[in-house]
Amino acid sequence: MHTSLLLEMASETFPDRLAVGPHDDGVTYGELAARARAGGAWLAAQGPGPLVFIGVNGMAVPTAIFASAEVARPFAPLNYRLSDEDLRRLLARTAPSVAVVDDEMMARVAGTPGVVLATRGAFEAACRDPIWRDAEKPIVDVDIAVLLFTSGTTGEPKAAVLRHRHLASYVISTVEFMHADEDEAALVSVPPYHIAGIAATLTAVYAGRRNVYLATFTPEAWVETAATEKITHAMLVPTMLARVLPLLEAGGETLPHLRALSYGGGRMPQSVIERAMRLLPNVDFANGYGLTETSSTIAVLLPEDHRAAIASDDPNVRRRLGSVGRPLPSVEIEIRGPDGARLGPGVSGEVHVRGEQIAGEYLHKTVLQDDGWFATNDSGWMDGDGYLFVEGRLDDVIVRGGENISPGEIEDVLRLHPNVADVAVLGLPDDQWGERVAAVIVAQHDAPSAAALADWVKTRLRSTKTPETWEFRAALPYNDTGKLLRRVLRQDLSRPPTAGR
Amino acid sequence: MDLKPGSRWKSAVCSAEVIVVRATKDAAARLECGGHEMNAAGASPTPGGTLSPDFSGGVQVGKRYVDADSGVEMLCTKAGQGSLSLNGRLLTLKEAKALPSSD
Repeated sequence: MHTSLLLEMASETFPDRLAVGPHDDGVTYGELAARARAGGAWLAAQGPGPLVFIGVNGMAVPTAIFASAEVARPFAPLNYRLSDEDLRRLLARTAPSVAVVDDEMMARVAGTPGVVLATRGAFEAACRDPIWRDAEKPIVDVDIAVLLFTSGTTGEPKAAVLRHRHLASYVISTVEFMHADEDEAALVSVPPYHIAGIAATLTAVYAGRRNVYLATFTPEAWVETAATEKITHAMLVPTMLARVLPLLEAGGETLPHLRALSYGGGRMPQSVIERAMRLLPNVDFANGYGLTETSSTIAVLLPEDHRAAIASDDPNVRRRLGSVGRPLPSVEIEIRGPDGARLGPGVSGEVHVRGEQIAGEYLHKTVLQDDGWFATNDSGWMDGDGYLFVEGRLDDVIVRGGENISPGEIEDVLRLHPNVADVAVLGLPDDQWGERVAAVIVAQHDAPSAAALADWVKTRLRSTKTPETWEFRAALPYNDTGKLLRRVLRQDLSRPPTAGR
Repeated sequence: MDLKPGSRWKSAVCSAEVIVVRATKDAAARLECGGHEMNAAGASPTPGGTLSPDFSGGVQVGKRYVDADSGVEMLCTKAGQGSLSLNGRLLTLKEAKALPSSD
């Protein structure tokens, strides 16, 4: 099953409903489908290979996603925030390909061998041009929908392959066709090269919900657009939500139209979600957990779970605010030990997932097991009722003297300290223990002492989980989609100490 | 009929169209709509057929229909007046739990 079918169904059922863009100047499903067809014919005439997209969010993003699908070319959005050198290196890996590039970014990628370059302006014009609208499109049967370079927080980016059947299966098994009210509008603020941005495009088209794309995220632009566009639905990564909250707390904007706010793409500090729920009591919060390789969400913490958790005195229910909820009905999730054996409730291991939306594939290499299971490389555990708690990447687990220590648990405890604004915990090489626990603190108000923080952790967790090395920084390194760059931090901390310390 | 995943079928007696979401290995399986065998999408329609009253409940666009015996699952891509059946067994509407938007 092809993702182009999703738009075909939407455009045949509700051709005149607004699909994308501002309420007074948007594009309908019928027009989006016409542009996608024209864009596909244009693409086929430019040259072979994927449609690479290098640019900010906007109308061109859904057009390019569906134009690619029309002629069965992979859609490969690249991270334009990379350095020129890294961007050109990724682009070269897509050759032969056709790249649609924001006009002002063109100079950064000119001359990349094997890549046909076209400006965003030229692509958008072709999608409106009668010549391309009437052109015959070639008959094709290739099924890679999306090539997505992983963020590479742990090394060279890998090109994840998502096939049409994975994405289409995700959409039809999680979204009720055309169930959205006509006044619903979603604000897309993750960049085009993030799986949640692509999934947002596909699910909104199938739900019949207008999508508004924020060119680039700033908290001010997000709040302003949410207000003027009467946004009802939005998804944010935790770092984005943390930056939006102070603007709302400052008063003024109350976002009365907002009904649903989902978050994912990283660990949500409990303090941030609690503040958000207090500030927006009428909004339904949902936490979606998933990976690029799983076609986005595989588990979700529902709005009713959020409300039950925050109102509960039962610590087992209360702590679910820090979980990612339960598996989607269409996927299976298991926790397994290093020997592959399935682990019971409360025991931490590697998160495994199976289902029709799970791709588990990189270019030239599938990592899906023969029986369909995919090892996520995330560590986590499930409670007795099936709520999944994700602790972080398996590579980030600290092994101290044979004991596995999850950084996330220690970070959560430290974040509750009134003088801690942000924190990262990681393992550093240690001659005696193999690894030792280190904490990097961003202080707020009065800077706390290392001894006071160590006491804070020791009284709440075991002493082996108490960091032995404490560093203070003005800020922590995050990428633009809110992922903590532990690799950068680890390199920084592993340098020999400077004189006088 | 080769009901392989992704294959698309058109009713011979109404406007309904479906796509196969989950297939069956049963080569003798016969997919019908409105009591008449469906045609492969793109094939020319069978003239003269009429909707059987026993299979006239209709199908809705965007709904999934399943046959518990064979595991076959169809997604309706265009609504119609006929009901779907496999080897004479009516397919049933697949009830899906409503999930919040998470992207």
